[in-house]
Amino acid sequence: MPSPRRSSKPEAAFDSGWATAGEIARSVAKGRVSAMSVVEDALARITAHDPVLNAFTDVLADRALRRARTIDAARAKRKTLGALAGVPFAVKNLFDVKGLPTRAGSKINRELPPAVQDQPLIERLEAAGAILVGALNMGEYAYDFTGENAHDGNAHNPHDVNRMTGGSSGGSAGAVAGGLVPLSLGSDTNGSIRVPSSFCGLFGLKPTYGRLTRARSFPFVASLDHLGPLARSARDLALAYDAMQGHDPGDPVCVNRPVEPTLAKLARGSKGLRIAVAGGYFTKGAFPEARAAMDRVAAALKANKEVEIPEAARARAAASVITSSEGAAVHLERLRTRAADFDPATRDRLIAGAMIPAVLVNRAQKFRRWYRGEMLKVFDKVDAILAPATPCTAPLIGQKAFVLDRVELPVRPNIGIYTQPISFIGLPVVAVPVSLDPLPIGVQIIAAPWREDIALRIAYALEQMGVCVAPRPKL
Amino acid sequence: MTDPLDSYIDAAAAALAIPIRPEWKSEIRANLAVTFKFAALVGEKELTEDAEPAPVFKT
Repeated sequence: MPSPRRSSKPEAAFDSGWATAGEIARSVAKGRVSAMSVVEDALARITAHDPVLNAFTDVLADRALRRARTIDAARAKRKTLGALAGVPFAVKNLFDVKGLPTRAGSKINRELPPAVQDQPLIERLEAAGAILVGALNMGEYAYDFTGENAHDGNAHNPHDVNRMTGGSSGGSAGAVAGGLVPLSLGSDTNGSIRVPSSFCGLFGLKPTYGRLTRARSFPFVASLDHLGPLARSARDLALAYDAMQGHDPGDPVCVNRPVEPTLAKLARGSKGLRIAVAGGYFTKGAFPEARAAMDRVAAALKANKEVEIPEAARARAAASVITSSEGAAVHLERLRTRAADFDPATRDRLIAGAMIPAVLVNRAQKFRRWYRGEMLKVFDKVDAILAPATPCTAPLIGQKAFVLDRVELPVRPNIGIYTQPISFIGLPVVAVPVSLDPLPIGVQIIAAPWREDIALRIAYALEQMGVCVAPRPKL
Repeated sequence: MTDPLDSYIDAAAAALAIPIRPEWKSEIRANLAVTFKFAALVGEKELTEDAEPAPVFKT
């Protein structure tokens, strides 16, 4: 009997628990592994580890297996497969998923009728061959930096299950960092992709405000809401992002720009880019870990210059005012009729937000436009800016305060001090992981509007250098 | 002494028809105070009379 042809150098065993989305798609396209086995493995890992991580609120096994069968059948017929063929992914449960009520981390919303159609980014990822396996835990109504949830239980950090994932896309980070899926989608209003990416050691992309459609997702703050991917590699972010771009009239903020693919640009790396470190505000209020991560990334990129982001403290303040008010507007009727059914931490902030006079919110919006103009001037001089993603590594679940420079500070509002001034004007950011011992922490790579390609190129270069790598937890 | 924000909260809650339980009030007050502080910081920035918000960024 003829022996199967072997190459002189056998390929490494396929590790579907830690393979990137790109590796899975290539393996499925080559027939090294079936989409069905990839999905079955993902479902088995969810069964094994989610009771501890609590990343998933809904597992869609039947749907995922049906979809895997379709992908495998297409390959058997020699049809061209998409760039994400066979890649399991999951979404924060504020995305509409056909057949599920869009709970958005709340008790109240689970009484809604099931969504009749998937959110468009799910549709676009599935059009590229990806396979939705479930919906993910999140902070209630996305008003959260911790990943804690009073109704569904807290998401747990795979690197230390006693610690926060960060939020509000807590399950989105826990599922990817824990190896349950290679790719997830989250939302980021004030930092809710970048904070959990930092605490869980992941790559996360918050695209330019208006780039990716938010249609059929549950809103929080219309002026500041973004959707985007979390993954264990920069290349996977580019793969997913490229598949999700495109105008959608269903989101009034989604800009009608041509699709600008990034994947082919990654190999250009950081050469020739003017990269600076954010000074002033961004050098204060950080624990030594955040400074160490910044130093490591800046040294690798030879980023010796410092730039001042003007009025960052005021930007954070204005973002908080707009968040309180617009968030309260979304929930006003529920506050009138169902206030006792909110998580108390969400409820009290939303009720306070409802009482903010409109003139103050208008001032914050005017400042937002001014600040954006000033930031565009900064980008005349540099192509990208480095800043910490969080001031600290993941705090303990339930931790209310930390001590920095002998001053006790509340945890919740201080987690987002470095992310809020950036999302406030919708700049594209890639959060990259630095594997410190014992816990990872993230650095933000901030680019000019519509230049996701630059932030992704730098993230990819750091990954290739081995400076930024998603650490694998011991589960 | 009564916090001046307490009467504001009572009036706003009545005007907005949001029923508030007494035990919620201290956290609402604390959050409102922080947001007013943030708004004051924003308000200190002088902007020209013709400064207008730009709700959607196109460039």
